[in-house]
Amino acid sequence: MLEARNIVKTFNVGTVNEKKALQGVNLTLADGDFVTVIGGNGAGKSTFLNAISGVWPVDSGQIIIEGKDITGFPEHKRAAFLGRVFQDPMTGTAADMGIEENLALAFRRGARRTLRSGITSSERALYKDTLSRLGLGLQSRMTTKVGLLSGGQRQALTLLMATLKQPKLLLLDEHTAALDPKTAKKVLELTEEIVEDQHLTALMVTHNMKDAIRIGNRLIMMHEGRIIYDVAGEEKKALHVQDLLQKFEEASGGGFANDRMMLAE
Amino acid sequence: MLSLINALPGAVAQGLIWGIMAIGVYITYRILDIADLTVDGSLCTGGAVCVMMMLSGQNVWVSMGAALLAGMVTGLATGILHTFAGIPAILAGILTQLGLYSVNLEIMGKANQAINVDKFSLLVSLRFIKGVPFYKNTILIVALVILVLIAFLYWFFGTELGCSLRATGCNDKMARAQGINTDFTRVLGLMLSNGLVAFAGALLSQYQGFADINMGRGAIVIGLAAVIIGEAVFGKLFRNFALRLFSVALGSIIYYLVLQVVIAMGLDANWLKLLSALVVAVFLGIPTWNDRYAKQFKDMGRRRGSAGKGGTD
Repeated sequence: MLEARNIVKTFNVGTVNEKKALQGVNLTLADGDFVTVIGGNGAGKSTFLNAISGVWPVDSGQIIIEGKDITGFPEHKRAAFLGRVFQDPMTGTAADMGIEENLALAFRRGARRTLRSGITSSERALYKDTLSRLGLGLQSRMTTKVGLLSGGQRQALTLLMATLKQPKLLLLDEHTAALDPKTAKKVLELTEEIVEDQHLTALMVTHNMKDAIRIGNRLIMMHEGRIIYDVAGEEKKALHVQDLLQKFEEASGGGFANDRMMLAE
Repeated sequence: MLSLINALPGAVAQGLIWGIMAIGVYITYRILDIADLTVDGSLCTGGAVCVMMMLSGQNVWVSMGAALLAGMVTGLATGILHTFAGIPAILAGILTQLGLYSVNLEIMGKANQAINVDKFSLLVSLRFIKGVPFYKNTILIVALVILVLIAFLYWFFGTELGCSLRATGCNDKMARAQGINTDFTRVLGLMLSNGLVAFAGALLSQYQGFADINMGRGAIVIGLAAVIIGEAVFGKLFRNFALRLFSVALGSIIYYLVLQVVIAMGLDANWLKLLSALVVAVFLGIPTWNDRYAKQFKDMGRRRGSAGKGGTD
């Protein structure tokens, strides 16, 4: 499915702010893997997701999706394979456009944009149906500007947009971190539901270790731009938060105290 | 007073022509969220190309078509500087605008080229305002041109391509995540915008009977003024996209009417550009001041209001 080979990325090369963000990340995902990604601040979790999305070119390494090397693809071309949800609910949607218009944009992900109508009436019916399954009442507000929705509604919509055209890989970058606990729970439930229904392969960055253990079939821990722990199946299910903390302590040595707050709930 | 009334139809005609230009500015400024200064140069490019083509014996429509294409090329230049070379949009526009000064001089051969309305069959002219059959009236013709343009733009921004342009201006990160090539849409938007601006320049040069190297100076400010006035006056009324474009054209007419009134009141014409700049500066500042101060005042009012209530209870 996804194969990341020895991904290296350094920001601000040659300056005092030089940051070795990714120092040789290797990861192979099988079809249907739902992987949670944890790690302290600056561990390279989001950077890794951005490397896959092609926000900037990597310094070295290869990214392969379904046997296709996409390392040289620009961001908009990679979008054909990827569904993405960001941490900031404002990032994933176009605020000045209507709900249905946003969905129509997402529906054309990976397709050539022509002079055909930007949204057809048969699409509208499809969107209405899809929205009503969210249970947020958005199906009756199809032309409402997305900017008028709450953060949780926008994030739920972004999730819907990311999966409207089934992606080869779903990238969730702390997509519930900016929401209040109740909304976060709802969006997370929706995520699990969609991933299960569509049998998606997904990478989910989270700061919540309980979620990381409970959700998905595999867990990776990152530290200083590397994957330091990779666990799947029964072994993962049997994990406790304490185990993860201990693992992290082993890997990071003295740096643990600073990151403890971020890693704990 | 009489001279003012006599000047009004001319102001309307001029306002309509600049309205087309302002619609071009609307595409970059409001839809793409780019302040594109290319227009100061591309307006003149349109005028220069149109006049020179007509002087060499071309048909007026062919000449205006060529002006439109020339304008699109200027937008392409800015677009490439902005996307391919990574130069900030505002600077890319200034670079193109500066370069166009030479290009426009080269097209015209000198700083000013006149075209005689009696010798050439122009589409519009300040002589076609009064005393001509209604179908030759410049106001009617430009108004029809604007309606056709608005219809075209309304259709275009409803297509898949047009929607991807709007998404780019609204949230380019989201647009790329949805597979939109934002470099391409930006270049396309700049081409469309400058094509319209040059087309307006072609009409303007016919209207005033000459193309001049300085005819585009400050065009961006007039365009912005029209956009802002249109939104301020009709923003609450016009929600539909076509009506919004229409309000930009109306904003341009209001701008020229106000200008005529100010001149009739005895203001030295030399001060007009300063006046325009100040008016636009104030209107551009209003959203910021609203955010920064109005809310504070509102909060203060609320506090005072509730305190007062507490006192009477």
